[in-house]
Amino acid sequence: MSDITGTFTANLAPEQAETAQVRVEGAMRGFAHEMGALSAFRLESCIHCGICADACHFYIATEDPQYTPIWKVEPFKQAYKREASPFAPLYRLFGLKRKVTADQLEQWQHLLFDSCNMCGRCSLICPMGIDVAALIEQARHAMFDAGLAPKELYQKALHQRQSGQPEPTSEPYREQLQAIGTRFGVDMPLDKSEAEIMLCVPRTDIEHYPKAVAALARVMQHLGVSCTFRSDGLVAENYGYFAGGKEWQRDISLRLINQAIACKAKTLLVPECGHAYTALRWEAADLYGKPLPFKVRHVTEFLADELAAGRLKLSQSAIGKTTFHDPCQLVRKGGVNDAPRELMAGMGVKLEELKNHGGFSFCCGGGGGVIDIERAAPLRYRTMENKLREIDDTAAETFLTSCSDCRRTFDDAKAHFSWDKSPQSLLELVADNLTGATETRR
Amino acid sequence: MDLLGFARGPALKIAIAIFCLGVVWRIVGFALLRLGRDLNRPRASVLKFLTGGLVAVGSRSWPHPQFIPRTGAGEALGYSYHIGLFAVVLLFTPHIAFLGSLLGFVWPGLPSSLITVISVLTLTLFLAVLFRRVTNPVMRMLSNFDDYFSWLITALVLVTGLAATAHIGASYEKLLAWHVLSVDALLIWFPFGKLMHAFYIFPSRAINGAILARRGAIS
Repeated sequence: MSDITGTFTANLAPEQAETAQVRVEGAMRGFAHEMGALSAFRLESCIHCGICADACHFYIATEDPQYTPIWKVEPFKQAYKREASPFAPLYRLFGLKRKVTADQLEQWQHLLFDSCNMCGRCSLICPMGIDVAALIEQARHAMFDAGLAPKELYQKALHQRQSGQPEPTSEPYREQLQAIGTRFGVDMPLDKSEAEIMLCVPRTDIEHYPKAVAALARVMQHLGVSCTFRSDGLVAENYGYFAGGKEWQRDISLRLINQAIACKAKTLLVPECGHAYTALRWEAADLYGKPLPFKVRHVTEFLADELAAGRLKLSQSAIGKTTFHDPCQLVRKGGVNDAPRELMAGMGVKLEELKNHGGFSFCCGGGGGVIDIERAAPLRYRTMENKLREIDDTAAETFLTSCSDCRRTFDDAKAHFSWDKSPQSLLELVADNLTGATETRR
Repeated sequence: MDLLGFARGPALKIAIAIFCLGVVWRIVGFALLRLGRDLNRPRASVLKFLTGGLVAVGSRSWPHPQFIPRTGAGEALGYSYHIGLFAVVLLFTPHIAFLGSLLGFVWPGLPSSLITVISVLTLTLFLAVLFRRVTNPVMRMLSNFDDYFSWLITALVLVTGLAATAHIGASYEKLLAWHVLSVDALLIWFPFGKLMHAFYIFPSRAINGAILARRGAIS
């Protein structure tokens, strides 16, 4: 059990949580009984056709059957049938479905975390219409409860829950944010008591792509929008989501929700971060327990609307033939498909679409926290080759995306493969092509 | 009571009762589980939510063009034998007469000779499907008793039906009795295994399509 986190499940009293098997059994019972009708229906509906394998880039790259998406939830199907399905008493009486063991679940850690980006491509191919990615997300919750979240994700989630930052830094992000403002010559609106829009920032951008942070502030400043970052709700990412810690995910989301409420924001603007969008746009209200009292929008959605309204004026970009990587959480799972393209069109970008683009785009390979799992790197590189080939096939000179984790994953691949391309931020391109006078309207 | 009388009489009644109760229990059993409300603000209107669900019911019948090179042949094989089964079950004149006695109305059927050809083709496709399940590494890994037993029991219905029509191996009455008994067995097994997908397929597609439409995402 080298990679177990040592957490104890919330479903067990501490005195019971002494062996892995007890912990696993508790987690699986919890999974089966808390999964709800929708997930039960998804598990009931599978006909074992295996077609989902043909959408998964881990399977396509390796042809290894264990990477079949629905197989990744096999122990959870077993637990559901044994514990909560309509014929559960029969399964238990005749021993038709055995208890899931700690060893079995430990083997599945590789399948649920290292080799699944939760990208949702499998959910588009299933002839039964099963959302396999949703099942995998739920299975990650049970893995977390069983103490089987990968240590990198667990530790980052724990730290973020406690401090607001996924990792300790020599200088707090608040100060780094201000330093970025100074370095790039842009005001960083911070801790205003009231603002129309609350901004947050990917820690990936703070640490790796500070120009993107400056670009966000610059664009907002140019538009004259009333906005603010908040020191106590600065980080967009949610490692609770990656690790499968549902309560932790909620606590991390609450930091942002509470800050947005505190500054009376009408909109919480999600920066270029795919999974932050999923966590805030499509899951936060459920964890909060009621509808959010503000809108959650991705920065590209907001800017596309500003462009359409004539408030955002962009010059024609000088960049040559360009391709675009659609972040899965934004496009396939989030529905933000047109906004990035409207922005590119607004700058006269000559877009050369990838063979698989829009909702059918392959994941960068780093999503779902996979980029942070060290032992997953060899498989991730193997899986990414297909995506890199698609990008190369376009012969595009520039390669854009709108998610900083995708960007980091591609930059990592650049170093690993000595690849000749580096992804650029769409937001940075917008900031570089601002035209017209700075607004003071709001 | 002879074997045919038993198959068509008490056995069929028991089978239909188990089928009905089992199907209802299987659906009610999970439908009664907690159903959380989605509190996140939708991107799409209620109309788009509903039409997204309806569209997915049809659109998931065939893979998106991006997936066809990898899955087209397998899906075509799957749909082919389903079409064959439906044709045999619903368009064979004796079946229409039997179903008509239950439903109170009948419909035109296909000539027996054509049904025989379709049955043979369907059985061939059935064997191809089994061959694929045991040779394809993904399908073999996913398969369990349910997959093979459901295949076997459906194949038995086809084989006994063909034998009865062609009068092969025994008297017509005996062959017909075995055919009806195999149908009884299928009805009894139906709620316990994957044959339930007949009830699940359209709601499952509709739910996923509606959820994705609510987000403004493709399905």
